[in-house]
Amino acid sequence: MTELDELKNKFPDAVIEVKLQRERRLWAAVKRDRLLEICKYLKQDFDHLSCISGVDYADRFEVVYHLWSYSKKKLLSLKVPIPKDDPAIDSVTAIWKAADWHERETYDMFGVVFEKHPNLTRILLPEDFEGHPFRKDYKLKESPWFSGKSPEEGSL
Amino acid sequence: MIQEDSDRKLALARARPNCFAPTFGSAIFPCGIAEGRMILNIGPQHPSTHGVLRLQVELEGERVISVTPIIGYLHRGFEKIAENRNYIQVIPLTDRLDYLSSMANNMVYVKAVEELLGVQIPERAEYIRVIMLELQRIASHLAAVGFYGNDLGLAFTAMMYTFRERELILDLFESVCGARLTYNYLRFGGVREDLPGNFKEKAREVLARLKPKIDEYERFLSEDEIFLMRTKDIGVLNPEDAINMGATGPVLRGSGVKTDTRITDSYTIYDKFDWEIVTGKDGDCFSRYAVWINEMRQSIKIVEQALDTLPEGPYLAKVPKLLKPPAGEVYSRIESPRGELCMHLISDGAATNPYRLKIRSPAFCNLSLLPHLAKNVLIADLIAITGSLDPVFGEIDR
Repeated sequence: MTELDELKNKFPDAVIEVKLQRERRLWAAVKRDRLLEICKYLKQDFDHLSCISGVDYADRFEVVYHLWSYSKKKLLSLKVPIPKDDPAIDSVTAIWKAADWHERETYDMFGVVFEKHPNLTRILLPEDFEGHPFRKDYKLKESPWFSGKSPEEGSL
Repeated sequence: MIQEDSDRKLALARARPNCFAPTFGSAIFPCGIAEGRMILNIGPQHPSTHGVLRLQVELEGERVISVTPIIGYLHRGFEKIAENRNYIQVIPLTDRLDYLSSMANNMVYVKAVEELLGVQIPERAEYIRVIMLELQRIASHLAAVGFYGNDLGLAFTAMMYTFRERELILDLFESVCGARLTYNYLRFGGVREDLPGNFKEKAREVLARLKPKIDEYERFLSEDEIFLMRTKDIGVLNPEDAINMGATGPVLRGSGVKTDTRITDSYTIYDKFDWEIVTGKDGDCFSRYAVWINEMRQSIKIVEQALDTLPEGPYLAKVPKLLKPPAGEVYSRIESPRGELCMHLISDGAATNPYRLKIRSPAFCNLSLLPHLAKNVLIADLIAITGSLDPVFGEIDR
């Protein structure tokens, strides 16, 4: 039985879909309210949190956890859709400490709030930056940060 | 191979006196700093921060209580820029990520797009890629060793030596693609241009020169008492923490974890060559440095084999210039000189530009270990630890 079948059997109501892309590449989409449970279960095999990426789709945000298993040599990408009007999700820093900076970056760029994160602050952008620039609706040209005009002086 | 002599000198390094400052009372000031403590900002412009890293260090005397890395000074919004470019226009952008290993950045991106498209790459192109990637690894590690000597107070000597050999590799790159730093050489389905006629001979000359030089540099550094005292037993990282905190590359292998994306998640043709994964023993700064040195030797081995068996044939598959890959997403992983370099690429199937391109930068993840490694060390050790993580800010800030 593959890892994906096991995951589906263990959490039948939380797994939305699973896909085997090719050898060593597994994809799964799960519901956000069971995320911590699923991650704790997956941690037994998938000990390395490679990356967390945020994606802005037309109807939802998606937080994707890329997990690598050093023992099984497989990569599982766990996709968690979250609604645009409530962009919040549980932090997995208690499970993989590597999540710390990745979650801060996703918060910085997409405004996704990771609940119970020890220090959820901006990481790449300055503290006083307004907005979350990797969202598709962020207006680069109108932003005072990118238009070449500073808010006080009108133009540089 | 680590020189056995160095073990003899370890005893000396272990016997260094405990020169921690006396502890003061713990009354907290209104600003949040305890009595007897101070906040010191190192950087963002400082020769030992490898670029624009700012370290906010809480000190008690000379002892580091906590350190907060502050990054983002070189943030250019690469991922957002890529969303507004054609697929092929992103390749030169990737050069500007990790500017000490542009070939690896090219590779992870073209590999992601090739996986989306399902392109078959000509055999000769695979060989050329491996040669370029491994030469790049040697060049990058040479720079790392040189900078590290610089960090540890060996002045410019180590850097001048290693950069002399790095220049030879850059000359090779220049003869292949015309550039010395930002190559823009890899293409979807192969490489931009074939190797010049005399490349094999030139490359063999460089490798023949490199081998004794690497031994020489190892002798200079691994037998130097100051170097040993500054690196042995400093910044020790155990394998469990290394995995849990997301360390990869020489930092992870320095802690003794035998893993390498080139083998465990094999890509191109690394499985055709005879080479070994290098690991360190103790997980300290010295082990990470030893991994750099020994990985260069393995890379030389790979390049030599690839040069011997380099087949003739086409170097570029036929792929249209203006791409519209089918809808889908891939997660492309390679082993860059700094660790696991990945790209999460999403295509919506309708546009000629990526819908989303996320970079997993190994230097970013390795740097996030710094607050863990630099607890209760001296300021000088903090510099040694930062250097051993080999941060490159083009990639960390993106």
